[in-house]
Amino acid sequence: MRLDLIPWIILLLPLLAAVLITLFTQRDRKLSAGLSIGAVVAGFILSLIFIRLNGWARPHESAVVWLTLGELQVDFGLRFDPLSLLMMLIVTGVASAIHIYSWGYMSEDRGFPRYFACLSFFTFSMLGIVLANNFLELFIFWELVGVSSYLLIGFWFERPAAADAGKKAFITTRLGDFGFLLGILTVWTSFRSLRFDDIERTLATNPHALGTLATTAGLLIFCGAMGKSAQFPLHVWLPDAMEGPTPVSALIHAATMVAAGVYMLCRVFFLLDIPGSQALVVIAWIGGFTALLSAVIAMQQNDIKRILAYSTLSQLGYMVMAVGLHGRAPAMFHLSTHAFFKALLFLGAGSVILAMHHEQDIWNMGGLRRKLPVTFWTFMVGTLALAGMPPFSGFYSKDSVLGQAYEHNLALFVLGVAVAALTTFYMFRLVFVAFLGAPKSAAAGHAHESPPVIAWPLRILAVFSLIGGFIGIEQLYGKQFPAEQVEQNTSFARQLIAPILDSPVASSTGLLAVLVGFVAAYVLYAKADKDPLPEKLGALSRAMRNRFYFDEIYQATFIRLHDLLAAVAGWFDRWIIAGLAVRGTHGTTELVGRALRLLQTGSLQTYAFLFALGVALVLYLALR
Amino acid sequence: MNVGLEHYLVVSVLLFALGLVGVIVRRNLLIIYMSLELMLNAANLALVAFSRFTNNLDGQVFVFFTITVAAAEVAVGLALIVALYRKRQTTHVEDLTTLKL
Repeated sequence: MRLDLIPWIILLLPLLAAVLITLFTQRDRKLSAGLSIGAVVAGFILSLIFIRLNGWARPHESAVVWLTLGELQVDFGLRFDPLSLLMMLIVTGVASAIHIYSWGYMSEDRGFPRYFACLSFFTFSMLGIVLANNFLELFIFWELVGVSSYLLIGFWFERPAAADAGKKAFITTRLGDFGFLLGILTVWTSFRSLRFDDIERTLATNPHALGTLATTAGLLIFCGAMGKSAQFPLHVWLPDAMEGPTPVSALIHAATMVAAGVYMLCRVFFLLDIPGSQALVVIAWIGGFTALLSAVIAMQQNDIKRILAYSTLSQLGYMVMAVGLHGRAPAMFHLSTHAFFKALLFLGAGSVILAMHHEQDIWNMGGLRRKLPVTFWTFMVGTLALAGMPPFSGFYSKDSVLGQAYEHNLALFVLGVAVAALTTFYMFRLVFVAFLGAPKSAAAGHAHESPPVIAWPLRILAVFSLIGGFIGIEQLYGKQFPAEQVEQNTSFARQLIAPILDSPVASSTGLLAVLVGFVAAYVLYAKADKDPLPEKLGALSRAMRNRFYFDEIYQATFIRLHDLLAAVAGWFDRWIIAGLAVRGTHGTTELVGRALRLLQTGSLQTYAFLFALGVALVLYLALR
Repeated sequence: MNVGLEHYLVVSVLLFALGLVGVIVRRNLLIIYMSLELMLNAANLALVAFSRFTNNLDGQVFVFFTITVAAAEVAVGLALIVALYRKRQTTHVEDLTTLKL
């Protein structure tokens, strides 16, 4: 049991760092950053030690009773199984790289200690989500992640755009969380327990425990994932969240927080996969639609971070689609490799932005390959992995997602292949325009490579993006989900070529899609000075550039409606509640008081007169 | 003419009414105070008259006590008025407005 203390330490170290920085070391920049980085790196090392000592496949929990309210008993507990352990490893690992990178990236910033405090707080919340063993605990950490992401997106709060983006992210995800909370309540009313274990056991013996609520409960819980993982129609916050510092985008909006939704779906999959529940079908289609929609939008974005943001949305759509198609292992596999290569891409973008003095438009870059060799080559690794080129990690995970789609739903498979082609297209568009060709601005001509503290995390993440596909990640997830028959104990060589052997159709069409995307990007952008697509596509391109006007549509409908409701409620409060009820009572009382005050003249004789009058009246009444 | 209870009572009522009017309309505290005494004595007269005409000495005893207490009360009351005059240089009720809002 003493072994189980280690994860508690891993969980609490970042919180401790955040508290120490906030309370004591605000003035000392180096110490603050050191505390934060130390906490997360120690967490990573401790995770490795714990997994080494504990082994992978020994699912158990370590919990204390937190509160008991009548029937409701809520634990504060940690759950250790391959799913949570691997996620813990990825979160601490990627977070370590990003923390170290931040030291270099943020070194000029005034809010350096505050930044690291927020980052540590976020890491703590994320680890809480990963390790939680019941719904309420998960929900609390879920909200903490929302808060810390709000703090980090709005880190440069002097800029109105950043402050607004923070609010938008928080409110949009809160909208999904509202559904999530309703889902949790539904689960509680049906099962009288919030522990994942209990619910899973009840459902195993009685699959109809939820009765007619099965679909509703599943979809309500999916609402939470829809908010956090930015699925259509709540996807609008993620691109705006790019207002935050770039390492934050890498950590939160690529590797961890947005993955929380997918992770949660896998964690509570037993609630979705119930006979008679239609939730998974909806989930699969929403995921597929998001993947396609955002890939199309990404084709016409010019901000380097926004391209990556839409690409993240698209890949998250892939994962959600895979979950919807009963493919938890492929979803988690893609999540893990995506965490590596998307963090790498964001950090590479950050390095470019730093070299370009905060210029983010790719049409002002160009020719950066020679100026930023490390950034370029690592970025290329990330691009190839994201596009799904063998033997990069993305190829394996994307193939297992596509294979899953091929087996279960042909329409979604075709959609997935189309998205793969689009992904390759927009990523190589980015590479061709920003890194190759001639410099398109003076700043691009004078760019310099970033310092080692930035370059090394890039190199490390590049290694993992390269090898992540065949080091057995999927097999580990297969241990968690035995129903999915991921082959165990396969040799290294067998893993290397597994996609071609297991799902030849999926892998070959996937490769074909990559090829098509690459050729299209090469033809259009290899020598381009300006974007040729707007002329060819006309209005469609404009719509893509403007993100299909989702923000405008929401502004015109939901926000307008909300403003109207708020105005009505405000009017009611001001005139009926405050005006009639409160002011009315107060006014009447005061009026009566004023009238009565007139009787109090302060003149003795008036009192005497009234007194005599009163006596006369009493006498008259008594003697009548 | 035979003097009966009614005559006494009429005198008493007249005295009382005069006292009351004095209390209400006069502005000088000293006069008000004298008017109060007038009302008191009107009551005394009524009590004595009732006692005399009902052959019951209780009323007389009442009046004895009333006069005694009134003597004490006059002493205190006059002392108050003198003290007030020393303090405020006035005994007019209009000038005594400390308790007014």
